[in-house]
Amino acid sequence: MLKILEGSRAIAETINACKPGVISAYPITPQTHIVEELAKMKADGEAGYEYIRAESEFAAASIVLGSLATGIRSYTATSSQGLLLMTEVIYNIAGMRLPLVMTCANRAVSAPINIWNDQQDAVTMRDSGWLLWFGETNQEVCDLHILAYKIAEKLQLPVMVNLDGFILTHVVEPVAVETTEKIKKFLPAYQPTEILDVNNPLTLGAFATPTHYFEIREELHDDIVASKAVMKKEMADFKKIFSRDLALVEYYGDKKAETVLVAMGSVLGTIKDAVDEIQENNKTKKQKNKIGVLKIVSLRPWPEEEILTALKDAKNIAVIDKSISLGTEGILATEIKRTIGDSKNITSFIVGLGGRDVTKEMIKHIYKLADKNQEKAVFVSK
Amino acid sequence: MKIKLTVQPGTTDQVKTGHWREIHYPIIDHEKCIGCDLCAKICPEGICFPTSKKNSQGKIFYENDLDYCKGCSLCAEICPVKCITMKEEFK
Repeated sequence: MLKILEGSRAIAETINACKPGVISAYPITPQTHIVEELAKMKADGEAGYEYIRAESEFAAASIVLGSLATGIRSYTATSSQGLLLMTEVIYNIAGMRLPLVMTCANRAVSAPINIWNDQQDAVTMRDSGWLLWFGETNQEVCDLHILAYKIAEKLQLPVMVNLDGFILTHVVEPVAVETTEKIKKFLPAYQPTEILDVNNPLTLGAFATPTHYFEIREELHDDIVASKAVMKKEMADFKKIFSRDLALVEYYGDKKAETVLVAMGSVLGTIKDAVDEIQENNKTKKQKNKIGVLKIVSLRPWPEEEILTALKDAKNIAVIDKSISLGTEGILATEIKRTIGDSKNITSFIVGLGGRDVTKEMIKHIYKLADKNQEKAVFVSK
Repeated sequence: MKIKLTVQPGTTDQVKTGHWREIHYPIIDHEKCIGCDLCAKICPEGICFPTSKKNSQGKIFYENDLDYCKGCSLCAEICPVKCITMKEEFK
C-alpha cells in the first residue's frame, strides 16, 4: 500500500518491519528523524526491539557491534560528523564480519560546520570493508534496506544504505512500505553461525599476528568482490516478491549515447530531467548527439562488468560527484577511470558540496563541457 | 567466509611475544628472592610467577617467563631486595 510519508519515516517503518532486536543511536545533530521515529514506535508500543540511546555515535556503533556479536539483528543510523566519529568501530564491524545494516543520511563534513547534503561522509568509508549502496528515491532506499539485511546476514558483511540528507530524508512522497509478513518471505530470521555467549566463552576481535592478518583481509576483499553475484540473485528474488526492480547500476536514455553522465543518489532525478530536455533540444535542432545516464547504486561491491557494458559505446563520460578526494578528483570519477582506462574522455565534475543546489542548468553546462578532455576536476558551482 | 574469526579462551599464550622485547631482560637472583609477590603484582604481562622451589632462606622464589616478557623493568624497580637485574640482550 502506498503511503505519503517523509523519507525518514518510511525508512523507520521499513526497519521496524524487518524486526531488528536492538537499535542504538545518538539522538542529536547530525542525526535524522529516522531514529526519532524508531524511538517513538518503541515508546508507543508498536515495536519489539530494545532501543538504546547512546552518549555518542562511537558508543551507538559499539553497542550494535556488541548486540550483533551476540547474534541479534541490529540497526543504527547516522550522518556527517556522526559517521566520522564512528569510523574506528565501522572498520571493526567489517573486520569482525558483523552483518550490521546502517543508514547514512549523506551530509557534508566539518569544517566549516555544514550538515546540508553532499556525499563526502559515506565515500570516506569506501575502504572500510562495508558494502556501500546509494538510493535515488525513498522507495529505492526502503527497498535497499530489506535487501541489505538479506545480503548482510547471508555474507556476514555490513551494509551502509545511503540516501541524500534533506533531499530524501526530509521529502514527503508516496512510498510502499512493506509489511513484516511479506518481508519474512524474502528475509528469514537471522541465524548466526557463531555468537558470543557467557555459557560458551569465545573472543571476537582478538589480535591477529602477521601470520594470520593478511589472509583475513584478503578473504574480506574476496567476499566483497563475490557479493556482487549474490546481490544480483537476491535482487531477482526481491522482484518476484515485491514486484519492484533493484539493480547494481541503471542506464537511462539512448543506448548508443556518445555522452554519458554518471552519478549516485538523488541527483539522478535532476540529471534525467535535464537529459530529457537536452535530447528534446537536440532533436529540434536536428543534432544527432545522443546522451545517456548511468546511475551507480553500489559503490561497493563495485559493478565493474556492468559499468564496462553500459559505457561500451560512450565517447565522453562526465562523472558527477557530490564529494571529492581533496587534491585529486571526485571519488566516483577515480573509480570510473580505473574501470574504463584511457580509451575514453572521462571528466570529473564536482557539484553540490555542502548543500549547494544542483540545477538542470548546471547539468546542461556539464554536458557541454563533457567533450573538452579536461584532466583536472571541474567544479560546477552555479 | 571460511576463516573462523573467534578464538577459544586461554589461547593467547599460543602467540609468543617475548621477541618484542628490545634491549633488556630481567634475571632473578633466586637466592636473594624473598617471595614477596610484588613483581607478579606489578608485571603488566602477568608473567612473574612463584616457582614451587625454596631457596636456602626457605623462601619460595620467583621466576619469569621470557617467552612473553617485554623487558619493561617494572619488576626490577619494585623488588624490595633488588634481586632482579636487567641484563642487556643480544639477539
